[in-house]
Amino acid sequence: MLGALTQLLIFQLAGEVVARGLALPVPGPVLGMLFLFLALLLRGGPPAPLQTTSQNLLQHLSLLFVPAGTGIMVHLHRVANEWLPLALSLLISTLATLVVTALVMKLCSRAPAGEAS
Amino acid sequence: MTQDIGQIWVYLSASPLLGLTITLLAYQGAFWIYQRTGHNPLANPVLIAVAALVLFLSLTSTSYETYFAGAQFVHFLLGPATVALAIPLYTQFKRVRSMLLPVLAGLVAGSLTAIVSAVLTARLFGASSATQLSLAPKSVTTPIAMGIAERIGGIPSLTAVLVIVTGILGAVGARFVFDTMKIRDPAIRGFAIGVASHGIGTARAFQVSEQSGAFAALAMGMNGALTALLVPWLVTII
Repeated sequence: MLGALTQLLIFQLAGEVVARGLALPVPGPVLGMLFLFLALLLRGGPPAPLQTTSQNLLQHLSLLFVPAGTGIMVHLHRVANEWLPLALSLLISTLATLVVTALVMKLCSRAPAGEAS
Repeated sequence: MTQDIGQIWVYLSASPLLGLTITLLAYQGAFWIYQRTGHNPLANPVLIAVAALVLFLSLTSTSYETYFAGAQFVHFLLGPATVALAIPLYTQFKRVRSMLLPVLAGLVAGSLTAIVSAVLTARLFGASSATQLSLAPKSVTTPIAMGIAERIGGIPSLTAVLVIVTGILGAVGARFVFDTMKIRDPAIRGFAIGVASHGIGTARAFQVSEQSGAFAALAMGMNGALTALLVPWLVTII
């Protein structure tokens, strides 16, 4: 577990260093994910401890968004003033994105794959 | 003796211990409710936990800065968790490779829709310019979205909140949208939810199936990168 967590941090660090070093618009952790993915391809799969630790971490991914979400209390004033455009924008845009993405993917899939569910 | 309780509170409210503990407590309580409702998307654990925390902090007059001094330890784990998404991605790599065209087409269409529709809807209903710019990167994961907002003149901390709300909306609404559209492929469902609502959507997708989760993780990573490239350019032309 300790070793696996260290590995994740090393990949994140590598991602941060490359992203900042080359002034890329992509954030460090996303680059770190890409690096780890490439490492897994080369290695032919994750070692067991890394697999377990990652599963534990991802199982409660929702928890990690709670501190940032609680930040809404700082913006209650602006939210109260502009609640209508904010609510409509978030609602319409999120639904439109779901519909457009799924529709385009369905149209581009040659065979109706994965119907067995 | 009663004075002691006041002194204990003074100590606790100034130490990171309280912020961290109430974050974990609120989330576990929220998750318990989510399970009791049979994983009903309306009982989203992030939504319930955030509501409980805002209420608690307001009632005790605790500032967000004080709270975040403790909660930052949880917030920090977003980084390693993002890296860890490489593992389900690797597990599903064969399926991803066989769907390269729909994945790329869906990504570009979804990413453009998310940015343009958010900004234009807000403008149509009279949002201020700073609010519009804060909305532009709302479909990508928090750290990326905050970085983008900062670069284009939005308000990063407002963006963080809008990102979370977008995530919750996507996680809550996706099942209804896909069932109405008769989209059953877990790969498409996962990918679309990842494009529209990043990590919170991904967390929800993982609770449904490993395959949906992996495609959501892929979408979240790709959309994070694409949005970071598109937004600075798009906001100058729309």
